[in-house]
Amino acid sequence: MASVTLEKINKVFGRDHIIDDVDLEIGDGEFVVFVGPSGCGKSTLLRLIAGLESITDGDLRIDDTVVNDLPPRERGVGMVFQSYALYPHMTVYDNMAFGLKLAKQSDETINDRVMSTARILQLEELLHRKPKALSGGQRQRVAMGRAMAREPRILLFDEPLSNLDASLRVQMRNEIARLHNRLGSTMIYVTHDQVEAMTLADKIVVLNGGHVEQVGSPQALYQRPATKFVAGFIGSPTMNFMPAQLLAKDDHGCRVLAAGVGELALPQDASAQPQSAGLSIGVRPEHLRLAEPSGDNRFEIVNVEYLGNEVYVYLDPKEGDTLLIHRSEAPSQWEEGQHVALVPDTQHVHLFDDRGAALDLPAQRQAA
Amino acid sequence: MTARQLSKIAKRVGFWALIVLIMVYAVFPFYYAVITSFKPSSELFRVELWPSTWHLGNYAQVLTQSSFLRAIFNSIVVAVSVVFIALLLGITASYALGRVRFRGRSTVLLVILGVSMFPQVAVLSGLFEVIRTLNLYNNPAGLILSYTIFTVPFTVWVLTTFMKQLPMELEEAAIMDGATPWITITKVFLPLMWPAMATTGLLAFIAAWNEFLFALTFTLTDTQRTVPVAIALLSGGSAYELPWGPIMAASVVVTVPLVVLVIIFQRRIVSGLTAGAVKG
Repeated sequence: MASVTLEKINKVFGRDHIIDDVDLEIGDGEFVVFVGPSGCGKSTLLRLIAGLESITDGDLRIDDTVVNDLPPRERGVGMVFQSYALYPHMTVYDNMAFGLKLAKQSDETINDRVMSTARILQLEELLHRKPKALSGGQRQRVAMGRAMAREPRILLFDEPLSNLDASLRVQMRNEIARLHNRLGSTMIYVTHDQVEAMTLADKIVVLNGGHVEQVGSPQALYQRPATKFVAGFIGSPTMNFMPAQLLAKDDHGCRVLAAGVGELALPQDASAQPQSAGLSIGVRPEHLRLAEPSGDNRFEIVNVEYLGNEVYVYLDPKEGDTLLIHRSEAPSQWEEGQHVALVPDTQHVHLFDDRGAALDLPAQRQAA
Repeated sequence: MTARQLSKIAKRVGFWALIVLIMVYAVFPFYYAVITSFKPSSELFRVELWPSTWHLGNYAQVLTQSSFLRAIFNSIVVAVSVVFIALLLGITASYALGRVRFRGRSTVLLVILGVSMFPQVAVLSGLFEVIRTLNLYNNPAGLILSYTIFTVPFTVWVLTTFMKQLPMELEEAAIMDGATPWITITKVFLPLMWPAMATTGLLAFIAAWNEFLFALTFTLTDTQRTVPVAIALLSGGSAYELPWGPIMAASVVVTVPLVVLVIIFQRRIVSGLTAGAVKG
């Protein structure tokens, strides 16, 4: 168990700046998820922590020791790979014992560690099988067992579930969550799937283009995204964005004219924004109400998806080509081809400036 | 019978006729060598497809010659050493060339391939000087050195291709487990590379076993010769007689080990060759 500190970490491949000044604190026993679109540098960041890539600039500390130049085996980290990367010619037992043998442990210790790891992961029946005789989920567990057997201080997961089918993925996600509760060790997990991130993490790190967009609990990221990017990335279906113009601002909030929707009075503090600035509002699908059309507030329903417990209504956005989404509990009165007015729930509307940064709520400003 | 059935039968007959033709073309010279080896010298030039008598005199004559037995021993020593050295250098070099990113990697690979393209004669005189300088003339070690020059490039190329196909994550998993490059090669890669090793090893063995030019040039005495030279230098009863019988018997004796090796490793060879060819 250990804490990890990243201080101004940079990684440059040739001319590509893959990781740009990343600062991050990972506490002892925390489950941290790196999430972001492909190519955002999340896997590279994990490999920098693992020691599989060299750090171009900055300090990486594990428990106050700078480990930049230590090889992986001396960092006390274990890693689970996306393709499992089990040794195909070794049995499950030997796969898990390999690292211990290399660490010159006694046969007795090796046996104890492998058996106890196998017990935790329910691999006892499979110890004498080769990887090719295992199912996907079993291979996944062996890969975790191999990483755990050496009792690393930090466990790293590189998209471990993306090779599994959907139902198994949910099951393994649960197993990993329970494993973390049971072991209490520090875990760092990379995924591009925001559902995995939301369900597993104590703390989510959203990466975009090599820099950290926001760090926070799943709840904080969902309710108070710091940037438009985070707002659009976290949550499914995604947040609706509409251009808006700043009309007035005072101590109690501001008034904006949202394209097609009309004037909205919002609690956000827009004092730093110039008069009639071009902003955009973000509304989660569940915070968008539909009503009978009135005046200019008139949107056409282009599709209705029925999911059993809830209904997604897709609307023609008039500007741009990303459909707007309304979510409500089933059954729904709305049908394709109808025209409706959009009524955002102003308590839950997010407001972003022209560079994508969220405008603070007064309460946040007071707290800070 | 309908016309379609007839044409089907005709096609099948034609197909098998073609196969037989190819078989005869490929195998007949060897078959004739084998039956010749069982003929006494008096019947050597009577053309027949099945010898009327089986005569073992040629084999007795060859196998009782101590110089020939010595040549077989030399060949085994040379070929086994060449295989061992070529595989050792090949597997380590292929790790570097297949796995380690460094400047000039493809240049190195091309140079290695280029070296193996030269005909033997081109390097013969230069190599002769090298062997003289190293004091290896008329010594099997000189042959081992010179054969290795030609087998290593081939071995490195095939093994590098194979090494590149092994997933990167496998090596990284070994690194995370604390393995050094040497441990990774011996404990993780080697067990997975047996097909490629068997293939390249066998081809290196055959090349060393059958090599003639260097063996003729770099050895002088009977006790240092290898089999191909020993066979060529078998002499008959007089200067005007070529001892075809013993030559054929000797050829059969030295070919049998190769055939046995190929049969033992044939599955590995096939999987090794295709594994190297299909992807990557």
